[in-house]
Amino acid sequence: MLSNKKHMTINGEIVPFSDEKNILEVIRNAGIDIPTLCYYSELSTYGACRMCIVEDDRGNVITSCSTPPKDGMVVKTNTPKLYKYRRMILKMLLSSHCRECTTCEKSGNCALQALAKRFGIESVSFDKSKKAFKDEYEIDRSSNSIVRDPNKCIHCGDCVRMCSEIQNVGAIDFAERGWNLEVTPAFGDKIANTQCVNCGQCAAVCPTGAITIKNEISKAWDAIYDPDLRTIVQIAPAVRIALGEMFGLTHKDNVLPLIIAALRKIGFDEVYDTSFGADLTVIEESNEFLERVENIEDHKWPMFTSCCPGWIKYAENKHPELMPQISTCKSPMQMFSKVVKEELNVNREHMKDTRKPWVVAIMPCTAKKDEAARDEFKTNGERDTDLVLTTQELGNMIKQAGIDFNSLEPEAADLHYGMFSGAGVIFGVTGGVTEAVIRRLVENKDMASLTGISFSGVRGLEGLKEVSVPYKDMMVKIAIVNGLANFEALLERIESGELEYHFVEVMACPNGCINGGGQPKSNKEIRSERSEQLYANDKMSRIRFSESNPFITRAYKVIIKDRHHDLLHVEYEIEKEMKAARE
Amino acid sequence: MKVLVGQGSCGIASGAKKTADKITQLIGEKGLDIPVKTTGCIGICYLEPIVDVYDDDGKLYRYVQVQPEMADDIVEFHLKDGIPVEKYLIPEEGERFLADQTRIVLKNCGVIDPEDIEEYVAVGGYKALEKALKEMTPDEICQEISDSDLRGRGGGGFPTGRKWNQVKEQKDHIKYVVCNADEGDPGAFMDRSVMEGDPHKMLEGMIIAGVATGAHEGYIYVRAEYPLAVSRLRIAIEQAKEKGYLGENIMGTGFDFDININLGAGAFVCGEGSALTASIEGQRGMPRVKPPRTVEKGLFERPTVLNNVETFANVSEIINEGSEAYKAIGTPKNAGTKAFALTGNVNNTGLIEVPMGTTLREIIFNLGGGVKGGKEFKAVQIGGPSGGCLTKEHLDLPLDFDSLKKVGAMIGSGGLVVMDEDTCMVSIAHFFMNFTQQESCGKCVPCREGTHIMLELLEDIVKNRADETTIDNLLELADTIQNTALCGLGKTAPNPVLSTINQFKDEYLAHVRDGVCPTGTCQAYKKIIIDEEKCVGCGLCKQVCPVNAISGGSYKKAHVIDNDKCIKCKACISACKLDAIDIV
Repeated sequence: MLSNKKHMTINGEIVPFSDEKNILEVIRNAGIDIPTLCYYSELSTYGACRMCIVEDDRGNVITSCSTPPKDGMVVKTNTPKLYKYRRMILKMLLSSHCRECTTCEKSGNCALQALAKRFGIESVSFDKSKKAFKDEYEIDRSSNSIVRDPNKCIHCGDCVRMCSEIQNVGAIDFAERGWNLEVTPAFGDKIANTQCVNCGQCAAVCPTGAITIKNEISKAWDAIYDPDLRTIVQIAPAVRIALGEMFGLTHKDNVLPLIIAALRKIGFDEVYDTSFGADLTVIEESNEFLERVENIEDHKWPMFTSCCPGWIKYAENKHPELMPQISTCKSPMQMFSKVVKEELNVNREHMKDTRKPWVVAIMPCTAKKDEAARDEFKTNGERDTDLVLTTQELGNMIKQAGIDFNSLEPEAADLHYGMFSGAGVIFGVTGGVTEAVIRRLVENKDMASLTGISFSGVRGLEGLKEVSVPYKDMMVKIAIVNGLANFEALLERIESGELEYHFVEVMACPNGCINGGGQPKSNKEIRSERSEQLYANDKMSRIRFSESNPFITRAYKVIIKDRHHDLLHVEYEIEKEMKAARE
Repeated sequence: MKVLVGQGSCGIASGAKKTADKITQLIGEKGLDIPVKTTGCIGICYLEPIVDVYDDDGKLYRYVQVQPEMADDIVEFHLKDGIPVEKYLIPEEGERFLADQTRIVLKNCGVIDPEDIEEYVAVGGYKALEKALKEMTPDEICQEISDSDLRGRGGGGFPTGRKWNQVKEQKDHIKYVVCNADEGDPGAFMDRSVMEGDPHKMLEGMIIAGVATGAHEGYIYVRAEYPLAVSRLRIAIEQAKEKGYLGENIMGTGFDFDININLGAGAFVCGEGSALTASIEGQRGMPRVKPPRTVEKGLFERPTVLNNVETFANVSEIINEGSEAYKAIGTPKNAGTKAFALTGNVNNTGLIEVPMGTTLREIIFNLGGGVKGGKEFKAVQIGGPSGGCLTKEHLDLPLDFDSLKKVGAMIGSGGLVVMDEDTCMVSIAHFFMNFTQQESCGKCVPCREGTHIMLELLEDIVKNRADETTIDNLLELADTIQNTALCGLGKTAPNPVLSTINQFKDEYLAHVRDGVCPTGTCQAYKKIIIDEEKCVGCGLCKQVCPVNAISGGSYKKAHVIDNDKCIKCKACISACKLDAIDIV
């Protein structure tokens, strides 16, 4: 018996549907890959590429992205008419698109290239357009994180909607009309001069090579082959659960040991784990929080986390008044670099290695490239983190080196900075920082307590979560937010007095670092698998509490001592300026 | 006795202000007590400036093309001594131009002073609003409009009553009435004339729409290029508020309605409904995908009535006279009148209003006085860049929404551009395609890229570098754009090309196959010929040629021109002292 479910007919087959917002989703769920260049389910429906057209039972051509499903609807997805129009639309796009595929950063991952191949576009009949052969627009390399090449833009608007709808930044938008349409910062300015927070989400959704992550692989090779440099690499938590995707591995595969082996094969001298830095952050941040709680009246609440550089930049740009409320802790990456370099400086004689330490961080994040270049993270004018490569760049580097990743023998990271707790590794997903800090706060450190925390509401990929945790005689109220538009909405409610918190975790990217701008292209399903795998990594750790990491204890004893403020905390320029202005 | 001077933009452009000032000055000097008033476009644009003298019995004497120096005679003989100056009066065919029209929308244009609400009230203004507020329910108003068969005059021809009813049925407590006054078609100026000549008529229609649908706020989206219309609208809104026809508690009924004016920055696409509302909201003017429709989620995501100027201007007539009387004008399902801006190669240009279903022949040959210079009629472009061209075989076609749709054209907003035998239809298609591709918002691929490619192909034809495949390519592109573009403007962008190819295929073929532009319009098809008999090889032509297309030439030996290199600038023709060079 047919249930109450509604049905539509797709290519003659009856397909049930429920609450899909458009027939495109229904058709895709039915296993038919409708081509699109401007559709992302997380973003508003734009309807510009017209590739998702289908034919209804009256022969009308309609876009499936903008048509809600109706009971009894009949559509066809592959008719001669649709084939003809799709091919023509692709030819139109290609007529004004740069043809230098061989030297394009996006070659092989380009949606336009893939569709041209899929629809067998063997030649472009209309190629008088100047744009196809001449670089009309200057390439914008001003950003530390992304490169904009407007010559490759197909005006799908994905980046524009991502930047404004999800991130509330609006650094880029459309300008001009008709054939002169372009995506650009206001007044044709460089992207570095805008309010861009370097999150790289624009590059993550760009179907072509119009916005790409700044490629710095050659700098890594130069350092590796420089006899005067001792190359040290740190791997961020979210990298280990995504890199395997570039080599066809599943999320169940334990990729970290393979990454470590690959990094050694590439030629890095020492391979460590950023999760160690995360453990330091947990200790410092929870200490800072407790200090603030001790003097609860002296502080404005809530306290905000500080590990996400996209969020820091956003606060500097849009809410400088919040800076005093942001934890002074450096990000795990910066804590790590600083402490490692300190160790090597202290023990240089002892280690009989006089090469200059040079730290490379493998990050899921494009904003980290910008963070590492900031003056606040330089010692005697030199960067603490010398280079940041994204997950994607590392994958490409492994391919460049000709390493057969899947047949590598697993290896373990080096001591002491390759050791980490499970609390450090879950930093890579939204709610992870909070969960790690809660583990530090609870008195009872047994398994039941751990399980209790994991079910307290900190986990899950929602844009906003709320948790309350008892601490001594108070109830600590916590909010966890990801995506900057979600943050902005939350802030409005905090400022209006509707909501009150003690602690707010902010991650700029939707879902946190597992969906950072430097990660391989993903979708909802992939991201939820990444998240599960990160929690599995935590579960596999012998050490679950940051303070139980013996090498953390050692670091405090041997390196940090009483210098934790100098080494692990930061005061941003803008705060110094604000302070000076107040005085 | 009173004097009216037509001062729409057309009148002012022809010098009506100077004429009016001069008359006022002379009346003052002669100590006469005769008011000189401003009125909107009288409609006979080709005879501007127009001065209407009404004697005490209300008899009208219409002086045309009145330059300031003619004012002396008019004031001295007519105003002072009561003897009309025959030689300046309107010629007979000019009178016929107005007499053959049926004016509803333009009824008061050129008759009342648009800056004086009393004059509008004196001719029955705001009676319809009073009736709607005091004697009718919203359901009855919507029903009356539905029964009248009024259809949107902006181009699509959607039944206005049905639209109002849909908005009325929406549950939202905030609704809007929006007037599309972003008239952007080349050669169209009907809406401008209404706003300049009779702004209250349109305001009254908007307020009634508010009463009918439960909206309390209206927006007029008008082009900034219409400064006179904007200033008269502002004056009208202010006066209507003072008089209690607008604002809070209208006519003591407790109904509130306010109207805002938003200026458009000259983007043609902002005439498209969803782009227009986006622009009012402060967003980039780009059409969005539908659903939701404007009646459900329009301006600020609220239910919205969106009609154009002419549509709103029809409303008071329907409410006053009833739907039956209104329906008696026009053809079945195409009730009422339509205003057209008649331009191009026609003797009488101007603003006309005729019943729906009037034939082209009547418009062009009766009202328009036939084709200029006695030339042969070739075609008329109707509906601007979204429309198509009609030819001799369509002369007896009734002009209404449905008949035009059948022949692949549309009324559009009402531009009528008449073309004579010397007009090259490829050039016309090129002109309109250039317009649409420039005015494309750039959002969807077919419109942004497709229209640009079509323009390039048309340019190939005009520049004599096309072949027959160019026409096939044009047709293929047009088919894709028509079927896949996002908004109405995109979908109709290929119409001028399609309809000229359909009606004038031979002319296209003459270009691409025979290498001839039959009308001699396309320069690239011309040849420069040097008469060997006349040329003495003096070298003057060779010197001025900017592209070195001329060679040879020595004492008494003629020059030779390479027509492939030649850009037809004709510099050589002007330079030659012996008339030895010609272009054919």
